[in-house]
Amino acid sequence: MSGQFLDLFIIFFATIFINNIVLTYFLGICPFVAVSREIPTALGMGMAVIFVMFMTMAINWPLNQLVLVPFGVEYLQFLVFIFVIATFVQIVEIFIDRFSPVLYVNLGVFLPLITVNCAILGVSLLFVLREYTYPQSLAFALGSGIGWALAITAMAGIRQKLRFSHVPKGLQGPGITMIIAGIMALAFMGFAGMVNLN
Amino acid sequence: MELRQTREWKIFYEGFWKNNAGFRMMLGLCSTLAVTNNLVNSFTMSLGVIFVTCSSSSMISILRPIIPPRVRMAVFMMVISTFTIVVDQVLKAFYPTVSAALGPYVGLIITNCIVMGRAEAFAISNPVFPSFLDAFGVSSGYAFSLLMIAAIRELLGFGTMFGMTVLGQWWTPWVIMILPPGAFFVLGMYIWLLRSISGEES
Repeated sequence: MSGQFLDLFIIFFATIFINNIVLTYFLGICPFVAVSREIPTALGMGMAVIFVMFMTMAINWPLNQLVLVPFGVEYLQFLVFIFVIATFVQIVEIFIDRFSPVLYVNLGVFLPLITVNCAILGVSLLFVLREYTYPQSLAFALGSGIGWALAITAMAGIRQKLRFSHVPKGLQGPGITMIIAGIMALAFMGFAGMVNLN
Repeated sequence: MELRQTREWKIFYEGFWKNNAGFRMMLGLCSTLAVTNNLVNSFTMSLGVIFVTCSSSSMISILRPIIPPRVRMAVFMMVISTFTIVVDQVLKAFYPTVSAALGPYVGLIITNCIVMGRAEAFAISNPVFPSFLDAFGVSSGYAFSLLMIAAIRELLGFGTMFGMTVLGQWWTPWVIMILPPGAFFVLGMYIWLLRSISGEES
């Protein structure tokens, strides 16, 4: 039992730091560049991603194992997963609009963007390739979401400071963001020695 | 009339160069960075994206009179997913090694903002041929940016081009170029270069 728990913890930890979803797999780069100007918005987007990523994984795993695999229609995975994600995001939007207007104001603007955030679909495709069990998939989804939120918040923090420095003209905006992301990826590579994967 | 002045050329040129997806509009970056550590993968990915963008734009343009405006996003998703499945199945059947190397990124063509963006911005309100041309311009511009990045990364990281040795034994590979940080640096440098040449405001 404790061995299993340790296994889950390693997956969780590794997806946050060592195989960070943005900095190693390049998933969800578009919003990572576009919404990382201010810390509060970055954090809001991060929260929305954690929530949607975890919940869609909770739906997609059983759907894959109990419906797609037994009927031998795995090739429909893309279609089914993106449909679940789009529907789920839509339902959540309606739900929080009705029950928590405050949360809707803070989170609502990010929800429609999440459907086309490749990180969500990417996580759903990666669990199939890696043949994770249900608890492993959930740990993986949660870790990925937190890793994404961590990276975008850190990036927003750096970009806020950067406003006071002299960046060459052509490099301003997306250019410098890429360079910073590269340096962040280098820094995150330092975590690689901490846990022995596989 | 000269080729450069036709409407068709204009549509193509704007998509290919003026609004280049990878370097200028910063769209579809996931695969721009992820598959560009060698040219073979990038080339396959480029063909996949060109195929999916052109077919789904044409298809959506054909279907445009009967797509209900309220659910158009869902219809786009379905059309795009279908063509992506075609690409994935073809790769799995005929090029299993490339398919394995590309991993989840083939499926991620669905969430590539370029495909959806072309459907929403152009195909839904234009006839079939211009829609096809527009999709072709944008996606081949994207393919161009993919190959430009991959050429640098493969040359410096492995000393090869398309798997063939270009730089000899004396070359010490820059391992960083194959690793994720290299992708960010190369794209950052290209953006810098292009913006400096064209001298536009950010």
